[in-house]
Amino acid sequence: MSQPEPQPESDYSLSALLRPASLLRLGAIGVVVAAVAGSFAWAAGWLSPGRLDQKRIINGFEAVNGPHPGFRRNHAKGVCLTGWFDSNGAGTRLSHAMVFRTGRVPVFGRFALAGGMPRLPDGPAVVRSMALDFSLPDGETWRTGMNDIPVFPVKDAQGFYDQLAAGVPDPKTGKPDPAAMKAFLAAHPEAAAAIARIKAEPMSSGFADAAYNSLNAFRFISAAGTATPVRWSMVPVDGFAPAAKVQGSNGLFEALAARLRHGPAQWHLIVTIGQPGDPTNDAALPWPKDREQVDAGTLTVSALQSEADGNCRDINFDPLVLPAGIKPSDDPLLSARSAAYAVSFTRRAREPKSPSAVQLGAPS
Amino acid sequence: MSRPFAPLSRLLHWTMAVLIVAMLFIGIAMVSSLSDYHRLVAIHKPLGIAILVLVAIRLVNRLFNPPPPLPNGMPGLLRFAAHASHWLLYGLMFALPLVGWGMLSAAGYPIVLLGAWHLPPILPHSDALYAALRPLHTVLAFALFATFLAHLGAALMHALVFRDGVFRSMAKF
Ligand code: HEM
Ligand code: HEM
Repeated sequence: MSQPEPQPESDYSLSALLRPASLLRLGAIGVVVAAVAGSFAWAAGWLSPGRLDQKRIINGFEAVNGPHPGFRRNHAKGVCLTGWFDSNGAGTRLSHAMVFRTGRVPVFGRFALAGGMPRLPDGPAVVRSMALDFSLPDGETWRTGMNDIPVFPVKDAQGFYDQLAAGVPDPKTGKPDPAAMKAFLAAHPEAAAAIARIKAEPMSSGFADAAYNSLNAFRFISAAGTATPVRWSMVPVDGFAPAAKVQGSNGLFEALAARLRHGPAQWHLIVTIGQPGDPTNDAALPWPKDREQVDAGTLTVSALQSEADGNCRDINFDPLVLPAGIKPSDDPLLSARSAAYAVSFTRRAREPKSPSAVQLGAPS
Repeated sequence: MSRPFAPLSRLLHWTMAVLIVAMLFIGIAMVSSLSDYHRLVAIHKPLGIAILVLVAIRLVNRLFNPPPPLPNGMPGLLRFAAHASHWLLYGLMFALPLVGWGMLSAAGYPIVLLGAWHLPPILPHSDALYAALRPLHTVLAFALFATFLAHLGAALMHALVFRDGVFRSMAKF
C-alpha cells in the first residue's frame, strides 16, 4: 500500500478513504475547513477576549447598577410622551429629509433620568433626557436621544467604559471607590474639562423648561447633495427657572404631568451649523457660541403615559435610526451608542417586566 | 462524468456563495464591534434582503434547470447526506433573511435598505416576538455556518478524494 494508485472515480469505500494518498488530502481539506472556522472566530472577536465591545459595556452598567430586569440599562427611569412636530420649512435648505418640509408629523418619545437605576429618586442635579421618534409620511423614521447637558463627559466608548468602571461599587463599602474616579479623571483630562463645563451650566427646574441637546454631531445632506455638519437642540418655550429642591421621589415627573394639564409644552428644534474646524468627532467639546442657528420648527408634547401604557418602552431610541437627508458624522460615539443600545434593548426584551416607578393616574 | 450545472445555476451558486459567506462574517463581526457596528449593519440589511430575492430566483431556476444526478456509484448514505444538506441550505437561505426582517419588524425598527428606501414590517411590533426571533436569528446563522463548513468539506472531498466529477459540475468556469 505504499504506492498511491490512481483511484477509480467512484470508489467511495472506507478502505479507499484510508489510503495514504487519501488521508493526506483529507488532512488538507481539514486544514482548509479549520482555517475558515478560525477566521470566523477571529471576526467574532473570540480570539481577543479582552477587547471592549458592546456586551462588555452593557455588563458594565449591570455591574454598577445591579440587575433591573426589563428596564433600560441606562436612562432607566422614564415616562412616554406623545405629540407632534410642526416643521416651518427652514431646515430644507440644509437637509432634504422629509421631516423638514413644511407640515406636521406625529411624534412619540420618552422623558427620562440618566443612569441605570429605574427607581432613582428625582433630584435637581440628575441629568434629564428627551428621546423622540418622528414618523414621517413615507414610512421613514427619525429617532434622536438628547440630554440636558451642554457637552458629553467623554469622547469615545473607551472613555465611557472607564468612567462606568470607576463607578462600580466596592464590595466592601458598597460605594464606588473615590480613588477610582480620581484615577479616571487623571487618565482622561478631556473628561475633567467636560465635567467642569457641565457643572458650570445652570440646570433648569424641571423637564418642561430644559433644553435637550443631541451632543453628537451629524451631517445634514441638502437636495443638491451638500453636507453640512450640525448639532441640534430642543429649546423650551417655557421660561427657564433654576433648579431647586425636588418634592418627592418622582417630583420632576409629577411636575411635568401637572404642567401638561395646563396645556401642551413646546420646544423649538434649533439646528446649529458647524464651521470648518469645529469638532464633529468629539462630543465632549462645545462649538463656539456664535455659530449660525436655524429654527426648523416646533415640537409639541401634549400627553404623557406610564411606560407600560405608552408606546415608548419597547422601542430602541437608536441615534442612528435616521431618514434620508441626515447622516452620521465621524463621531465614534454614534456607532458605539447604536451597538450598545441594541444589546440593552435585546436583553430587556427577553426579561420579565415590572411596573415603572412613575405611574401616571388619569391620562393627562 | 456527470453533466455540469446550467450556466445560470452556476452563476447563482457562486454569487450567493460569496454573499452568504460575507453575510456570516459581517454579522458575527458587527455584534462585537463598536466602531464599525453601524457601517456593517447598514450593509447587512440590504445584502440579506438581496439574498432572499436571489434564493427565490434560484429555487425557480432549479425547476427549469434541475441539478445533474449524483454519480451512480455513490452510496445511499452519502446521497442522503448530499440531498439533505442541500435542502437544509435552501431552508436556511430563506429562513435567515425572513427572520432578520421579521425581528426588526417586531422590534419596531424601520427596515432601511438604502437612503429613503425601506421595507414594510412583516410582523406586528411586539417585544415578545422580538425576544424570540432575535436569538433564533443567531441560532440559524450558526446552523448556516456549520452547514456551509460541511458543504465546503464535502465539495473538496468530491474534488480531491472521490474525484467523481461532482465538484467539476459546479466549478466549471
Ligand atoms: C458610548 C456612549 C454611550 C453609551 C454606551 C450609552 C448607553 C446607553 C444605553 C445602554 C441606553 C439604554 C438603551 C435602551 O435600552 O433602549 C441609553 C439611553 C439613552 N442615551 Fe445613551 N449612551 C451613550 C452616549 C450617549 C450620548 C452621547 C447621548 C447624547 C445625548 C445619550 C443619550 C441617551 C438618551 C437620551 C437615552 C434614553 C433613551 C430613552 O429614553 O429610551 N447617550 N444610553
Ligand atoms: C442570509 C442572510 C443572513 C445571514 C447569513 C445573517 C447572519 C447574521 C449573523 C451571523 C449575525 C450575528 C449573530 C449574533 O451573534 O447575534 C446577524 C445579526 C443580525 N442580523 Fe443577520 N443575517 C442575514 C440576514 C439578515 C437580514 C435580512 C436582516 C434584516 C433585514 C438581518 C438583520 C440582522 C440584525 C439586525 C442583526 C443583529 C444586530 C444586533 O443585534 O446588534 N440579517 N446576522
